[in-house]
Amino acid sequence: MYEFLTGPALWAAFIVFFGGLAVRIAYLYGLSMERDRVFYNHMDSKWALKSIGHWIIPLGSASMRQQPIFSIVVFIFHICLLVVPVFLFAHNMLWSESWGVSPWSMPDAVADVMTMLVLASGVFLILRRIARPEVRILTSAWDYTLLILTLLPFITGFLAYHQWGSYETLLILHILSAEVLLVVIPFSKLAHVVLFFFSRAFIGFEMGTRRGARAW
Amino acid sequence: MSEEIKKPVNIRKIKELLDMNDGARVRTWLSICSRCGLCAESCFFYLANNKDPKLSPAYKVKATLLELYRRKGEVDYDFLNRTREIVWGQCTMCKRCSQFCPFGIDVATMISLVRTICESQGVVPEGLARTTENIRVSGNQMAMATEDFVETCSWMAEETSEEIAGLDIPMDVHGAKYMYTVNPREPMYYPQDIAMAAKIFTVAEESWTMPSTGWDCTNLAMFSGNRAVAAIPVKAMYDKAIELGVEKIVITECGHAFRSAAFEGPYFVGRRDGKPPVPVIHSVQVFYEYLRDGRIKIDPSKMLEEPVTYQDPCNVSRNGGLWEEGRKIIPYLAKDFRDMNPNRDHNHCCGGGGGFIPMGPEYKARRMASGRIKAEQIKATGAKIIITPCHNCFDQINDLVKEYKLGVKVVSFKDLITEMMIIPEKFQPVENEEEMEDAAGEGTEG
Repeated sequence: MYEFLTGPALWAAFIVFFGGLAVRIAYLYGLSMERDRVFYNHMDSKWALKSIGHWIIPLGSASMRQQPIFSIVVFIFHICLLVVPVFLFAHNMLWSESWGVSPWSMPDAVADVMTMLVLASGVFLILRRIARPEVRILTSAWDYTLLILTLLPFITGFLAYHQWGSYETLLILHILSAEVLLVVIPFSKLAHVVLFFFSRAFIGFEMGTRRGARAW
Repeated sequence: MSEEIKKPVNIRKIKELLDMNDGARVRTWLSICSRCGLCAESCFFYLANNKDPKLSPAYKVKATLLELYRRKGEVDYDFLNRTREIVWGQCTMCKRCSQFCPFGIDVATMISLVRTICESQGVVPEGLARTTENIRVSGNQMAMATEDFVETCSWMAEETSEEIAGLDIPMDVHGAKYMYTVNPREPMYYPQDIAMAAKIFTVAEESWTMPSTGWDCTNLAMFSGNRAVAAIPVKAMYDKAIELGVEKIVITECGHAFRSAAFEGPYFVGRRDGKPPVPVIHSVQVFYEYLRDGRIKIDPSKMLEEPVTYQDPCNVSRNGGLWEEGRKIIPYLAKDFRDMNPNRDHNHCCGGGGGFIPMGPEYKARRMASGRIKAEQIKATGAKIIITPCHNCFDQINDLVKEYKLGVKVVSFKDLITEMMIIPEKFQPVENEEEMEDAAGEGTEG
């Protein structure tokens, strides 16, 4: 099982993840050439970068400043979510075993804290969805499913690292849930990992290049 | 409308519109909205109505466009009528929410698409249906005849030349620098607005002209969702400007006219580059330049002493980029300026935009309720005078003043500039005639 999940299944997950995102972008690009002239007519890298930049730095936009706690939690959530899997020592060991090279690894203690931050902020996001009427009304079961799907690799990885429960089972669940997540990303709202940059760029031109107004 | 309802919904047409607009942007927006709810607090409908979650921009899209795509356009009149109440009764397409969305989702563009779909089935507020029909048959929203317009202009020229010597309202002058376009309500109900513009242009010694066609720069079909009709006044204006060979088209103190002529109009008439064939500028820009360059001088003794505030029309400021120009005019006119909060490109819509005012009495109660945010903003400044370069803001704030007993006077830039500007010697009327000064037609708008 372990061999299958870290072998062919992992290959498949990565191919679907990168391939899926690439196909989705290629498809949208094709559509946009025909139906979204407005995107290309007012393109301007300065406003695109400003529009993206203000929403990547913490509290960089008026909107984020209106809900500072949520915004900072979201920021922590995303940073830890991206950093932990890439710079985890245990992951990098696997990279060097199969390819001979790996990224720099962070200390396990840091990864541990960051994982807890992902989990804590994930719980916060779930509670916020329930607590705030304007968020609850928009939320469907799928939104909770995606959030839990995102948290599962972290829960299982965290438990496995601390060997709380059966290590083998947890490890299998960890790899499996991470692979499911990778496969789901290109086909769900989680595709915002890349589409964020396009939609932000567009509103940057639309408000900024055309009218000089801030989209943040 | 009641006759329309008996017709079956033309599902094919809806499907066609959905398909035509199913581009990369709409697809991306509908699929990545993370349902975070941040847009809610950007919307004055939501803020003014007890934070009803159904008034958050994301919900309005979810309940309308997303639902239309989900049902593949197979909807009934019941759905369309409910949708009408959302896309016209709960949104002015002010675009503020796209500034507050982490993904920059352009809700107004999607609401506009839903309006187009509803309109294709005859589901549209009556006031807008009427004006759209006017544009279709006459080329302007009030179905004013060309002769009447031309006559009104010459009447105003005659009348005003008694105040300013040599004043003229030139018509169809080839090669003029500016072609001045207006809102039909000016020639119809407030001709003194045209007279005021003429005074300013005359004193600034501007090379300008009125066009005898294509003079209506407003575009209520843009708000009724009928894009084919929305192209009519835009095309007439562009064609006239090209025919006259003017340098620029100037838009009167109207917000949505600027949005139509400068930003959306090029797409209505199918210009692939998205730019108007002749540059379009707003009166705010023109007036600012006159004051800055000293072409218009203000009599300091006439400057306003009372506290003054400024209503940023969405389509002049956020969607027109002129919030600073507006603010730079004010120090010439007023001594005590107090800004609203939020302001500039982050301003709140007054509640009269997006076609709300012409939607008529049926929608007035809602317009007054959601205007509470603007009323509170105005009250907080303590201002006694509010300047706004937009006819819709003007009407809405006048209504708000009555509804919320604000005790504020609403004025346009033209009102103030013509009242305070110094008339140079050469434009002083020669007082050799015995006639009494006819004060009729004087005074401010409203």
